[in-house]
Amino acid sequence: MSERLGVRKTYKLVLNGAFPRSESGRSYEVLDAAGALLANAAQASRKDLRDAVRAARAAQPGWWGASAYNRGQVLYRVAEMAEARREELVDQVVAAEGVERVHATATVERAIDRIVWFAGWTDKIAQVYGGTNPVAGPYFNFSIPSPSGVVGVVAPAEDSLLGLVETVMAPICAGNAVVVLASETRPIPAVLLGEMAATSDLPAGVLNVLTGRLAELAPVLADHEDVDGLDLAGAGEMRADLAARGAGSIKRVLADDPRDPDAAALRRIRAFLETTTVWHTIGQ
Amino acid sequence: MEQVSTPSRIASGSAVVRIPDTASLPVIETEAALRTLLASLSGVDAVGAAARAAKLATRSLKQSTKRDALDLAISMVDLTTLEGADTPGRVRSLCAKAWRPDPGDPTTPSAAAVCVYPDLVATAREALTGSDVAVASVATAFPSGRASLAVKLADVAEAVAAGADEVDMVIDRGAFLSGRLGQVFDEIVAVREACGSAHLKVILETGELVTLDAVRRASWLAMAAGADFIKTSTGKVAVSATPPVALVMLEAARDFAEATGRVVGVKLAGGIRSAKEALRYLVIVNETAGALWLSPRYFRFGASSLLNDLLAQRTKQRRGVYVRPELFSGD
Repeated sequence: MSERLGVRKTYKLVLNGAFPRSESGRSYEVLDAAGALLANAAQASRKDLRDAVRAARAAQPGWWGASAYNRGQVLYRVAEMAEARREELVDQVVAAEGVERVHATATVERAIDRIVWFAGWTDKIAQVYGGTNPVAGPYFNFSIPSPSGVVGVVAPAEDSLLGLVETVMAPICAGNAVVVLASETRPIPAVLLGEMAATSDLPAGVLNVLTGRLAELAPVLADHEDVDGLDLAGAGEMRADLAARGAGSIKRVLADDPRDPDAAALRRIRAFLETTTVWHTIGQ
Repeated sequence: MEQVSTPSRIASGSAVVRIPDTASLPVIETEAALRTLLASLSGVDAVGAAARAAKLATRSLKQSTKRDALDLAISMVDLTTLEGADTPGRVRSLCAKAWRPDPGDPTTPSAAAVCVYPDLVATAREALTGSDVAVASVATAFPSGRASLAVKLADVAEAVAAGADEVDMVIDRGAFLSGRLGQVFDEIVAVREACGSAHLKVILETGELVTLDAVRRASWLAMAAGADFIKTSTGKVAVSATPPVALVMLEAARDFAEATGRVVGVKLAGGIRSAKEALRYLVIVNETAGALWLSPRYFRFGASSLLNDLLAQRTKQRRGVYVRPELFSGD
C-alpha cells in the first residue's frame, strides 16, 4: 500500500469568526524549539489589525448583552472543545517549547482548568465588584461593573498556551471583545484557541487572533483609538513605548506577569472593567 | 472646454477624451429616431466589463495621492437622507455636516450637495445659506417613478420653487423595459424643462434594468433627452451601484461627450460605504472617462455612511493612527 500524502495544516488568522489568510498575502516560518521548521503562519498586516478591531467592536455589545450565565456556558464550552483536542495541544506545546511530554500535558490540563475557572467567574463579577452604596438620602445607589469594550492583548511570548489563556480569557470573561497578537515565535496555540472558540458559540469577533511581527503590529494596536484596553503581558522591551502610545487615547493598560496565582488573575478581570453608578429613588 | 482642477497625481495617465468644441447632438423628434440612435450602440461585453472593473479595483493609491483622492471623494459626496422618518432637525444636522464634514479640521472640503425629499428642500436651503453646498431633491414620484406625468412635474416644480439646485428624477422602468422608449424620453424632456436652471440628474435604477446593454441604452436615452447627470440608483432596491455598471455609464458619458460635445456627469448611489470602494470608483472614472470627470461637477457619490469612512481614512492619513468611528457624527 502506498504511503499517504501528508495533510499539512496552514495556520491562518482568526478574524470575525472566519479563518482568513493575511490581507497582505504574507506568511512567515514558525520554528520549533530545536530550530526546525514547524509550520507557516500568516503574517498579519495593519489592515488585518484594523479589520480585527472593527470586528471586535461590532461583536462586543452582543457578547456583553448575553446573560452572565450564558457567557459562562459558552466559555465552559470552549473548555470542552479544548479538552477534546488536548492531544493536539500537547503536541504543539512539546514542539514549540521543547518540554517533556509530561510537562506539556500538565500545562495543557492547567490551561483547560483555567478556562473553566474563568467560565465560573462570568456571573460572579458583579457580586464582587459591584454592590449597593450607602448614601445619605432617600436613594438606592448601585455600582455596576461593565466591560471596557475592546481589549488588545499582546500575548506572552514564552508561555504560549497558559499565558495566552490567562490574558485572553480574563477580558472575555468580563464581557470585553479581544484582539490578541499571538506570540511571534510560538503562535500556534493561539490559533488553536481561536479555532476552539469559533466552535463553541462564542460570537464571531469576540476573539480575534493575529499572528505576525510584533514590532509591526503592536504599535498600531496601541495607537488605535477604538481600542479601550491593552494587556502588554508579552510586550517585553516594547512595554514602555506601547504603554505611552496607549496613553495617547486614554486606554486602560495592564502590564504585569500573567503567571501569578489566582488573585492576580482576578486582577486581570478587574483591569478591563468600568464602573457605572446609578441613583434610584426609594419607594417611587 | 473649461479647465477643472483635479489632483494631478490621480489624473496622471488618464483616459484621453477628445471633446469637440461644437455640439453636434442629433435632433431626436420621433421615437423612430430615438430607436435608431439606441440601435446604433454596440452591445456590452458583460464578462469583459466585469473583468476590466475587477482589474482596475486592484490599483492602489498611496500616500499623497491617496490623501488627494480622499479629499476629492469627500467633495463629491451628495450627502443623502431619504427616509420616511426624516425631520427638519435631521436635515439641518445633515446640512451642517455637509458644510463642515470635520469641524475639527477646517481643511476638510465640503460635500457637494445634500439630497433630500422635496418637502425638506426649503429647510436644507435655509440651513446651507452662505455655503457652496448645493441642495438636491429627489422628485418625480421617487423611488418608483410610477405616477402620471402631471404629478411628476408638480413634484419637480415644488422642489425647484423651494430652492433646489439639482433635481434627481427617476425614469419609469416599467415603460423602459416594455419598450415605450418615447414615453421615457418625453418625460425626461418635460422634467428638464420644469427644472429651469436646476441641474437634472436622471436615475436609471440599474438594479432593475437587468443587463448592461440596457444600462448603456438607458444612459444614452437620458443624455440625449437632456440629463445633466446620469445616476445609477435610488438606493431603494437590492442591487445598487456596482463597478461594471459604473464602467458602462462612464463609457457612455465619455462616448456621448466625444460624439456631441456635451459633457454629462455620472452619479453613483446606493451601497457605497467604504472609502476603499470610493477610491476604486475614482480609478474607474479616471481610466474610463478621464480627468475631466474627476470633479464634483461631473462625478458624484450619493451616500450617507460613506462620508464618515472617508473622514476616518483622511484622519488616519494625517495623524497616523486609527480613529474611533464616534469621532464623526452619525447622521
